[in-house]
Amino acid sequence: MQIPYNVDARPDTGLYNAKLGVWLFLASEVMLFGALFSSYVLLRTGDPNFMTIPHEIAEHLGAQDGALWSGQLNVPLAFLNTLVLIFSSVTMVMSWASLKLKDFGKFKLWMGLTNLCALGFMVIKAIEYSSKFSHDLFPSSGNFLAVYFTMTGLHALHVIGGLIVNGYLWGPGSKMWKTEPERFTNRVEVAGLYWHFVDLVWIFLFPSLYLL
Amino acid sequence: MSGHTVEEIRQETRKYWVVFLALIALTVVTVAVSYLDLSPGMAVFVALLIACFKGGLVAGVFMHLISEKQAIYAILLLTVVFFVVLMIGPVFGRWGSTGLG
Repeated sequence: MQIPYNVDARPDTGLYNAKLGVWLFLASEVMLFGALFSSYVLLRTGDPNFMTIPHEIAEHLGAQDGALWSGQLNVPLAFLNTLVLIFSSVTMVMSWASLKLKDFGKFKLWMGLTNLCALGFMVIKAIEYSSKFSHDLFPSSGNFLAVYFTMTGLHALHVIGGLIVNGYLWGPGSKMWKTEPERFTNRVEVAGLYWHFVDLVWIFLFPSLYLL
Repeated sequence: MSGHTVEEIRQETRKYWVVFLALIALTVVTVAVSYLDLSPGMAVFVALLIACFKGGLVAGVFMHLISEKQAIYAILLLTVVFFVVLMIGPVFGRWGSTGLG
């Protein structure tokens, strides 16, 4: 049985179904991260001690009394991760453009780079997290760290999800290029929309948590 | 984004690399600004302004929102409305807790 509108656009929406579906999904994702950002703003503006490291933890860390949590985050690593994600966004869109240009070899190259960037992001994130854990800093250590681990952890889960989908499209899923090239190109496009959204969330997370 | 000539796609790819360079430059600016001695309000304003601009570039160019169909704009309009409500929530929460509400 042929699934309708997975290549051609529906006359009423002007879109193929997967594209409409992924945009609806992304709308729900905006609300998910929006709720977390909203909670962060509420906590940060409502609690005057939200950013301050409690005395006993500051002593344990060798930090000054009244030091801020943001000073405990690794800005250079987060900056590097931002560059990695931005690069992965351009490699992702280049993989789609390669398929539009009927160049499957280039698609493999760009999509492979995207997946390497996703892996690189997770490795850097793991280094960052393990450094926190080795200093006995956990989500339970303070409200700021609870927000930090929740938001960056949820974002990291999204990176892992994207890596699984993009890994499939790079590997076994790419067989579809031989039988249904347009449908495969559309799959890469919607996976790309999701991936760019993951990049977009990080663009806001980076200054909000690490720099402000 | 669908139905393009090869030349149009090639032009698009050049645009992607320009946006990539712009995003890198803006990220460097974001970090550099955080080291300036700005007031907390101004620091938040500048950082979020740059983040919004970067987000606009990603959404507009990489996600092709500049040239999308009406159906997607309709979905996003609703999303923006609800998102604004979510972000205004903390403001009303503050008013309530400080007796301003």
